[in-house]
Amino acid sequence: MDSRKGIKTALTIVTLLLAAAVIYFGDSHLSRFQIRILNLAAIFVILGLSLNLVVGFTGMFSLGHSGFMCVGAYTAAILTMSPESKELIYYMEPIVPVLKNIEWPVIPATVMGGVVAAIFGVLVGFPALRLRDDYLAIATLGFAEIIRIIVTNTISITNGALGLKNIPSEKSLWFYWGICILTILILKALINSSWGYAFKAIRDNEIAAEAMGVSVFKHKLLSFTIGAFFAGIAGAMMSFLITSIDPTMFRFLFTFQILLIVVLGGMGSLTGSVIAGVVVTIAMEWLRIVERPMHLFGMDVPGIPGMRMVIFALLLLIIILFYRQGLMGTREFNWDWVLDKLGVAKSKERGVS
Amino acid sequence: MTLETFLQNIANGISLGSLYALIAIGYTMVYGIIRLINFAHADLLMVASYAAFYGILVFALPWWVSFLLAIVITTILGISIEKIAYRPLRDAPRISALISAIGVSFLLENLGIVLLGARPKPFPRPEEVVWNIHLGGISFLSLAIIIPVITLVLLIAVNLIVNKTNVGIAMRAVSRDFETASLMAVDVNKVVVTTFAVGSGLAAVGGIMWSLQYPQIDPLMGVFPGLKCFIAAVMGGIGSVPGAMIGGFILGMGEVMLVGLMPELSGYRDAFAFVVLILILLFKPGGILGEHVVEKV
Repeated sequence: MDSRKGIKTALTIVTLLLAAAVIYFGDSHLSRFQIRILNLAAIFVILGLSLNLVVGFTGMFSLGHSGFMCVGAYTAAILTMSPESKELIYYMEPIVPVLKNIEWPVIPATVMGGVVAAIFGVLVGFPALRLRDDYLAIATLGFAEIIRIIVTNTISITNGALGLKNIPSEKSLWFYWGICILTILILKALINSSWGYAFKAIRDNEIAAEAMGVSVFKHKLLSFTIGAFFAGIAGAMMSFLITSIDPTMFRFLFTFQILLIVVLGGMGSLTGSVIAGVVVTIAMEWLRIVERPMHLFGMDVPGIPGMRMVIFALLLLIIILFYRQGLMGTREFNWDWVLDKLGVAKSKERGVS
Repeated sequence: MTLETFLQNIANGISLGSLYALIAIGYTMVYGIIRLINFAHADLLMVASYAAFYGILVFALPWWVSFLLAIVITTILGISIEKIAYRPLRDAPRISALISAIGVSFLLENLGIVLLGARPKPFPRPEEVVWNIHLGGISFLSLAIIIPVITLVLLIAVNLIVNKTNVGIAMRAVSRDFETASLMAVDVNKVVVTTFAVGSGLAAVGGIMWSLQYPQIDPLMGVFPGLKCFIAAVMGGIGSVPGAMIGGFILGMGEVMLVGLMPELSGYRDAFAFVVLILILLFKPGGILGEHVVEKV
């Protein structure tokens, strides 16, 4: 069928190898600060991808992503912290005995973070996904708040408002970008599968999809749960990156940043979310300079804390009002496009004569 | 619980409930007309409070002048938001309009942080409005009476506007069917602007009274009241003004009673509203007074 399939597979493998090489050299040559930013970018890429799956590909406007992140982050943190530091940190109320002596390695704990978040995804999705549009948005927002409030109040499990500290730290680019690339591959395979087609059919017209025999609720729940799973993974990675978490981190503000990534990249484009995830994370660090005191045109301008978020809010408004497609619309990066540009022709299909 | 604390709780519940009711009307009217959660509604509370704050403390205006000015400013802001951020998206997918609403809300909150500072400020309580009332064993602020009275007056006014005036008839027509209404020579844009003006004005009154009741204002003060009032509007049946009022009272009273009867659950106070919302959406999606709408193809 496709004469260029071989070339495309080869190109994919070469790109992956190239990425591995970049990660390898990056790990040893970049400064700790740069690595940290790149790792953060990987987390935001995963968050953008998973929210895009729900919002962009399935058309469900969910605002509950920070809640699932919160679940994943706490699960991973509690599973990996050493018993000594647990004893030290839980001074308000000792931790429940079951969890006290658990000390898992980082990777199983990350997966577990995703799994627990996915369980929450099913629990939340089951009632919430009967709703649509704005009702779904406000209900998922409500669930995220409820999760946050529960985390704040179950002191013997989560240490309440004080949060958790001394979470084992994970610094290598391998861990973050490895999971990130794996996520990209899994989600790409997913949206090109029959499930993915069903998601897009639901997004484009729910009633028509149902009439065509797509089980709407099942696929919505599936998409929502997978989204929650990856949000949980990203949350777990977040707790290993910054090593201390507390419930206020996972406010609605967080979901807003992810939403910005999805909208900027284009709702319904994985490529867009990857690009926007990296761009927004780096811009977020770079824009810190506007919040510092500056010396401009011979005047001392005091730092303006919060200015970054004003810029991001304006950016979101401008995109949604004037460039609703975002960077990529629903287009994706693909090798056919590259090969066409390079002039590698498709061999002529042999017709039956 | 003694009788005194019970009565105290009732008083608190009534004033909180009236505040919720007042703010919920704005949500319900806007939603009824353009089918959009106006996320920025919550931040209009904040804008009104800060406008009143600066009017009284910085420009040394009499309290009633600055309250009136605050209402005017907030109303103008509400109308501008509709023109700039919602009107261009009226024919766009609903997700776009929602994102726009969230964007406006975040812009206002963060502009607030940048321009006004994140630190909470004490809101002045004019002596003419806020004083202590002792009645039998209980003492309460005059606000416990003033807020419900103002709410009731405004509610009756809004009900009269919606039901008796030409504008009100146009509003109801537009909320039924946008296109048919415009075919019937209803100026849809004018109706939408009027709706936003009324809603924003009510939000301003609600915001000022909220700040009198809880005299600490900060740029994020609107977020939680905003969410809860939307919930109150949904509870009462979105689009229905009396429904918003009932929803607001139930929510306010419920919240105060939850904390009063079960103090050990007070940490979950903010979750209460969301739990109620989810239960309502699941079991009676039309709300208490709303009609259940079946979607047609």
